[in-house]
Amino acid sequence: MTLSYQMDLISPADDVWSVTRLTTTVKRMVEGEIPALWVRGEVTGCKTYPSGHCYFTLRDTMCQVRCCLWKRDMPRAGKPPADGTDVYVLVRPGFYEVKGEFQLNVQRILPSSAVGRAQQELERVKALLQKDGLFDAARKRPMPPLAGTLAVVTSTAGAALRDMITVARRRWPSARVLVVNARVQGEGAVEALVRALRLVNRLPGVDVCIVGRGGGAREDLAAFNAEAVCRALADVRVPTISAVGHETDISLTDLVADLRAPTPSAAAELALPDQGAVRRALDDLASRLGNGLGSRARLGLERVDRAGDRLDAAMDALLDRHRHQVARLSAQLDALSPLRVLDRGYAVPTDPAGRVLKRRADFLPGTPFTLRVVDGRVAARAEPPAE
Amino acid sequence: MTTIAEDLARLEEIVRKLEADDVELDAALALFEEGVARLRAARERLAAADLKVQSVLEEAGGDLRLKDLDA
Repeated sequence: MTLSYQMDLISPADDVWSVTRLTTTVKRMVEGEIPALWVRGEVTGCKTYPSGHCYFTLRDTMCQVRCCLWKRDMPRAGKPPADGTDVYVLVRPGFYEVKGEFQLNVQRILPSSAVGRAQQELERVKALLQKDGLFDAARKRPMPPLAGTLAVVTSTAGAALRDMITVARRRWPSARVLVVNARVQGEGAVEALVRALRLVNRLPGVDVCIVGRGGGAREDLAAFNAEAVCRALADVRVPTISAVGHETDISLTDLVADLRAPTPSAAAELALPDQGAVRRALDDLASRLGNGLGSRARLGLERVDRAGDRLDAAMDALLDRHRHQVARLSAQLDALSPLRVLDRGYAVPTDPAGRVLKRRADFLPGTPFTLRVVDGRVAARAEPPAE
Repeated sequence: MTTIAEDLARLEEIVRKLEADDVELDAALALFEEGVARLRAARERLAAADLKVQSVLEEAGGDLRLKDLDA
């Protein structure tokens, strides 16, 4: 009785979901809502099938979840782990609707012991480089204001290079970009980066060196934490920019380089001048050049004017002085002129030779002489002295 | 051939000298003429600029060779 009552209540026949509808809905929810994420757990039941796909279970003390490592993902993901291994897996959550099973599609596998080792190695190298002063602020060189030639150490296959070239073309098309190809991840990346950085020192005329790559998973960026790469970067003779495309982590190359850029594009922005700014600087210089000459010419004219004025004044003063002297001298001359004396009724006696007769003895009785008076001469004769 | 960087540096120097007042007029005129030439050269070079992208290759003997990259 009770059972049929309940059945009646919960069986509105027109609202029954098919299994397919349910599983596809769950699949959509799972795959649409949950992003790619890292999960840590212990591997059990790992088995690779003839198809090349590998399946295992990931578990912790309470729960477990099915994992699939697809054959196509295997080259990037890493080796299938042995049972009992503690791992980090990067997964995209999925739902296998055929079996109605929740599962994780594995993108990457990292044994946690390796992660621990990698972290330890990172700390070791960091401490070493710090001790050697490679992170010192005093070592940091400024970027040249107008870099003409960039050396770029990166993979020619990566998007990072294309991004940098796009920025360079827009920002400073006068630039030259010298690309030194290097593997940036996986086997041989460290050696390739070191070789490329050393090669930069052999390139003439380089103004700035950028080393970098686009974004990637943490272990993809390992080469940029390698001691050899860091030391090679520190040895680059021109200012350096490290541009390892990740937002949260810092690579050791970021600490060694003179400048750190969040992305390769940003590195190109930092390295190269902006042609708009340079054009404005040229306009500014052009107007200052014109003003400079104008003011210089004006100054020259003013100087000529001033010199003329001073010359005039000097001449005036000179003439004045001379005029005074002439006046004074003529007054003196005037005062001394014998004619002035004659004017007052004096006369000057001279003998026929023109000598002035000044004393009694000069006058011999009966001797003729001449008297010079104001308006001419008078003939005269000395009388014998009266007794 | 000078670079734009060199042109800009020389232009700065010329303008500073012209603005300094203690330069002879003849010298000022010469500086001005050089400045105008440098300005024109820098502007022409900016207008004609075309980004050059080259790949650096190391030959077996260790010599470096540059190869134009289509980018």
